[in-house]
Amino acid sequence: MGTFKAIYIICLRELRKFFRDRLHLAGTLFRPILWLMVLGWGFGRIVATGGGISYKEYIFPGITGMTVLYASIFSSMSIIWDKEFGPLKEILVAPVSRSAIVFGKAASGTAVATLQAAIIALFVPILGIHITPGQFVAFLLTSALVSFTISSLGILITSHLKSLDSFNVVMNFLVMPMFFLSGAIYPIKVLPEWLKMVAMVNPLTYGVDALKNIMLTGDPSSPFSPDFPLWVDISVMVVIAASMTGLAAYSFRQKE
Amino acid sequence: MPIVEVQNLVKKFGDLTAVNDLSFEVKEGEAFGFLGPNGAGKTTTINILCTMLWPTSGRASVNGFDCVKDSAQVRQSIGLVFQDPTLDNGLTAYENLEFHAYLYNLSRKTMKERIAELMKVVDLEARQHDVVKKFSGGMKRRLEIARGLLHRPRVFFLDEPTLGLDPQTRFNIWEFIHRLRREEGITLFMTTHYMDEAENCDRVAIIDKGRLIALDSPGELKAMVKEDHLRLVTANNEAAKREIMERFGIEAKFENGELHLEVEKGNEFIPTLVRELSVPVTSVTVQKPTLNEVFLRLTGRTIRAEEGGAFDGLRTRLRAKNRI
Repeated sequence: MGTFKAIYIICLRELRKFFRDRLHLAGTLFRPILWLMVLGWGFGRIVATGGGISYKEYIFPGITGMTVLYASIFSSMSIIWDKEFGPLKEILVAPVSRSAIVFGKAASGTAVATLQAAIIALFVPILGIHITPGQFVAFLLTSALVSFTISSLGILITSHLKSLDSFNVVMNFLVMPMFFLSGAIYPIKVLPEWLKMVAMVNPLTYGVDALKNIMLTGDPSSPFSPDFPLWVDISVMVVIAASMTGLAAYSFRQKE
Repeated sequence: MPIVEVQNLVKKFGDLTAVNDLSFEVKEGEAFGFLGPNGAGKTTTINILCTMLWPTSGRASVNGFDCVKDSAQVRQSIGLVFQDPTLDNGLTAYENLEFHAYLYNLSRKTMKERIAELMKVVDLEARQHDVVKKFSGGMKRRLEIARGLLHRPRVFFLDEPTLGLDPQTRFNIWEFIHRLRREEGITLFMTTHYMDEAENCDRVAIIDKGRLIALDSPGELKAMVKEDHLRLVTANNEAAKREIMERFGIEAKFENGELHLEVEKGNEFIPTLVRELSVPVTSVTVQKPTLNEVFLRLTGRTIRAEEGGAFDGLRTRLRAKNRI
């Protein structure tokens, strides 16, 4: 009981602050829509696809993946903020299990990211992408799993970071490559072998692939179709999420 | 049974020994002071007691629970006010307390009652739905104190609770803390490097370089220093200094246009001094020894002299800009 209350309040605290900052809120909702318009309408005209999949349709899962990636990483970065300005200490001395702390933080990242994914999904019919109610539900559930996976990875990383300065390092050396090597804007099939290997260990690859499995119903032999079966994507993410939360909880224990 | 027990506690950070074989006990209900210069190991000891750090060796327990093995029970038994603020500036005062109440698993009813009660005590009732960002340093401290007491802890740790606050606010905070102590019957464990703050404790542990060098009531500690401090202004300080040396064999020092000298039973010495000196005396002040003199006697250094490191200065500036 105490654990659930702790998870609830840690998550609620982040959501309260997220919705309080109107300008930030508007920005995070606007960005994915801008990307969809630029890539879908702009690039979509000059990129040739096949197998009944338009480029616009192709990048919809990728842009969702990107949105979820950024929302989750930004959310987990709040831990560095909490470290620098104090509130983390208040949480760490509380009689709360360390995994409740990680779950609470990951839950807030998941809520914020899934909300943004939902807004994109509601917007895409305007771009001429068809989405059924069943696809919409599956799409939201998958987005939630992707963001929980990325959030737990983000929390594990930030629990080891010391200052706000490290934020840029994480963005440049982790988040950007994760996005570009996830099959979000082009299929990983076209990458050279060694980069393909990198893409294979990228958690976001499986997230984007799962979303493609749900959204892209065209010819499975097309180079733009998903790379793995849905169950593989889901299993890989569940395993990553479980190990990341475990490791993050461990790193919040008493310090040597 | 002592409420806090520390036995042969050692904490090393690499080559640096922050806490060096510390042993002491705190009795239930007392106000226990930890006095020492910056870097003496005060905060490290508190961090071990509140389960944030593991000791290198030795034992520490709070409320009968071991700080390493039973960390969850220790956490439930203690309340804390850290040296640096730990409030969430983006939440309101009420939300900050609510956050705490959920973490400590209070029922909704208890939470509402306690928050209402404590908001009154810390005099923040009218501002409870304002975002903490707008609060002054003193208001934030009061809110942190209220938060630390919300779950009725057995031991309340205060790590330099008045650092960076102006003298007026410092005075108010302490008056408030001691009133709470009388009303709630709580054990206080505080650290400070302000002498006057330590004077209000039942017992004071003086620590230096990670070691305990004295532990007693402030009165007993001060009795270790027999000499009073005399400040003297005369018509001719130069001549007076010479005469004091010749007649009493006491070395006086010049400071800010005054003569300073250390003598036993200063109040009885004044009539003799005034009678014997050929130079007219304009004014005399007697100062009973403070804990600073005790520290000076024990270590050969003053606590004041070691204040204001680079980090301290930075922290004060950041605090002024409301960043931490």
